[in-house]
Amino acid sequence: MQRIGVFVCHCGTNIAATVDVARVVEAAAKEPGVVHAEDYQYMCSEAGQLKIREAIKEKNLTGIVVCSCSPRMHENTFRQAAERAGINPYMVEIANIREHCSWIHKDIEEATEKAVILARAAIAKVTLNAPLQSGTSRVVKRALVIGGGIAGIQTALDIADAGYEVDIVEKTPSIGGRMSQLDKTFPTLDCSACILTPKMVEAAAHEKITIYTYSEVEKVSGFVGDFQVDIRKKARSVDMSKCTGCGVCQEKCPSKKTPNEFNRGLNTRSAIYTPFAQAIPNVPVIDRENCIKFKTGKCGVCSKVCQAGAIDYEQKDEIVTQNYGAIVVATGFDTIKLDKFDEYSYSTSPDVITSLELERIMNAAGPTKGHLERMSDHKPPKSMVFIQCVGSRCADKRGKSYCSKICCMYTAKHAMLIRDKYPGVEVTVFYIDVRTPGKNFDEFYRRAVEEYGVNYIKGQVGKVAEKGDKLLVQGVDLIDNKRILMETDMVVLATAIEPNPDVRKIATMLTASIDTNNFLTESHAKLRPVESPTAGIFLSGVCQGPKDIPETVAQAGAAAVKVVGLLAKDHLVTNPCVAKSDELLCNGCSSCEKVCPYGAISYEEREVNDHGIRETRRVANVNSALCQGCGACTVACPSGAMDLQGFSNRQILAEVDAICK
Amino acid sequence: MQVEKTQEFRPKIVAFCCNWCSYAGADLAGSSRLAYPADVKIIRVPCSCRVNPMFILRAFQRGADGVILCGCHPGDCHYTTGNYYARRRMTLLFSMLDYLGVENGRTRVEWVSAAEGVKFSTTMNEFVAKIHSLGENVRLGDLRCKKD
Repeated sequence: MQRIGVFVCHCGTNIAATVDVARVVEAAAKEPGVVHAEDYQYMCSEAGQLKIREAIKEKNLTGIVVCSCSPRMHENTFRQAAERAGINPYMVEIANIREHCSWIHKDIEEATEKAVILARAAIAKVTLNAPLQSGTSRVVKRALVIGGGIAGIQTALDIADAGYEVDIVEKTPSIGGRMSQLDKTFPTLDCSACILTPKMVEAAAHEKITIYTYSEVEKVSGFVGDFQVDIRKKARSVDMSKCTGCGVCQEKCPSKKTPNEFNRGLNTRSAIYTPFAQAIPNVPVIDRENCIKFKTGKCGVCSKVCQAGAIDYEQKDEIVTQNYGAIVVATGFDTIKLDKFDEYSYSTSPDVITSLELERIMNAAGPTKGHLERMSDHKPPKSMVFIQCVGSRCADKRGKSYCSKICCMYTAKHAMLIRDKYPGVEVTVFYIDVRTPGKNFDEFYRRAVEEYGVNYIKGQVGKVAEKGDKLLVQGVDLIDNKRILMETDMVVLATAIEPNPDVRKIATMLTASIDTNNFLTESHAKLRPVESPTAGIFLSGVCQGPKDIPETVAQAGAAAVKVVGLLAKDHLVTNPCVAKSDELLCNGCSSCEKVCPYGAISYEEREVNDHGIRETRRVANVNSALCQGCGACTVACPSGAMDLQGFSNRQILAEVDAICK
Repeated sequence: MQVEKTQEFRPKIVAFCCNWCSYAGADLAGSSRLAYPADVKIIRVPCSCRVNPMFILRAFQRGADGVILCGCHPGDCHYTTGNYYARRRMTLLFSMLDYLGVENGRTRVEWVSAAEGVKFSTTMNEFVAKIHSLGENVRLGDLRCKKD
């Protein structure tokens, strides 16, 4: 017979304000098996845990129910408390009377009634709990970082410096990411390349770091501590061991009409190319879709001019399979497509550009060699208009509901740089709010206004129209409450950012949660910001939410520390809530084996003793190290032999009965 | 959507929520204070595929007026494919229940991610309103298990 203790938490007033805690204690005490019930202000506090430990010892409790916040919050806390008092940690159940009760109901009567029912269900369940023993699993001392931007590079460097092997997988031909496209960075106006390229070089030279560029993660299996990953190294058509990076092939390549992705399509590149001069590795790739040799079979110029003989048209994709203890997602972002924002004439006028395109124009290595000019006639502009929140903070479905966070600051930077270099250019910024929460951010913005004379207008722009070789901007000034109609030479759109479109595919492979905006979900918004709810998966950079470079680097370091903390372990403790088959009920039908996503179920011929009759039968056998405890097999099993420990049929039915009573 | 309270009818509603998405979505609804009626009681399961049709039958036999199963969105299952199994099983079960006279409105499957507190709350409000419109579940009354 179980001896159950029930502990009801006030959580200050979080629970006690809407749930009559005393009545929950009183009702719980009457439930069968309950020998102890009490309440306390904060059960999770040391004093609260002490009450639990003392009650377990004094009343000889075999199981406990804590009526408190979500088990996702404090289940572990209370399991540890139980263990310290000498009972099995899996003899603990949580009744969630905060998130699922007191916080969402206002009526005290209703909330109390519900809390009593939730407590009853947890008591009914814990009565059927059995002690469970955790096993152990190995930790592969190697980490994978998906994405080779500043987030991925920083994470990899920090993990490698701690002494662990790290592989970076980058989809494009070079590491560097979005940051390599930037000219200057706020709020100090550092040259982006000057601070990024040394890190790229350091990562490439690090003995613990292996970089796979032009590669993609193809398949992921396994679990925390031991993921097995297939990486597809796409055919570069250039032998990396032979190429010297001289660049002659790129000069001589006759196919030069492909839009240059690195310059956001503002100019073109050759079919054999490196994305930018400081690319790492400095080995070009042949873009087979645009290469004349691959399209027609005739050409081969690059092969002829390559003195190192590195060109290899026959090269094939290669699959590398590797095991990792932890995986970091650092897939970054892109700007949204503007096809739904026709009012700004982005698709029709070459002089309406995005901020990232302006970044390339301002860059000395960009399409205009750093000269500010209009893309239509290559004349320097006399006036420019910046439009903020294009697709950010958008009430309708065309854009994103969130703030992209970086635009206010980079627009202040652009405006300042332009006024500094070209004092004759009038700069006007239309904004909803100027958001500058960051160290030295507001000071930076104020310099743009006060020192550089940038004209900030609070209000949105409704339309940008082409008028001769000018652009006509129609907007409003909300402070002076008037309409504004102004002619300008260039319009720059602070386009919303969104997670890299590939992230959904990657999240699915990793079984990592993702939100409605395709940002990866963190395990806890405040307390576990760099961990995915899926164990062993960590988040770095904008894939988790909009952030600037300093925040990205800080988060990258945080993710690295979490990875190192995991890799430093000798072994991991496994979840004991796994499936278990009753050999006497099992008829060897294989239904469970077919639905198991982990291949954890096998069949074996085993001698069983069925009520005195000894015979050899074909029965299911669950590998508890592989089983992740989803329970798919338990439902597939026609004979009721397969059950899930910790969430058994009897336990769940007892909860159903308690709720419907 | 606000549910009109009636004195005589307080429906019993069981919500099975998977640990990784929907239960977390319900937690988010809670921490965001997005109200839904207290008639909904949540049972945590590791995955929507853990829900045996037997659990749902038992709930109706014991007097539940509605049962809702919530899991991760298709493609987002923590266990890769669990919600696909759940979807197929529930499709079959619900059509059988409908045949038995437990109307389709009393059963529902909904995908709610950990980030969708609003969706969780809205879904529960809608579902409770639907159960109110259907009234008490009397169809399985004859089969209702008496307390032993």
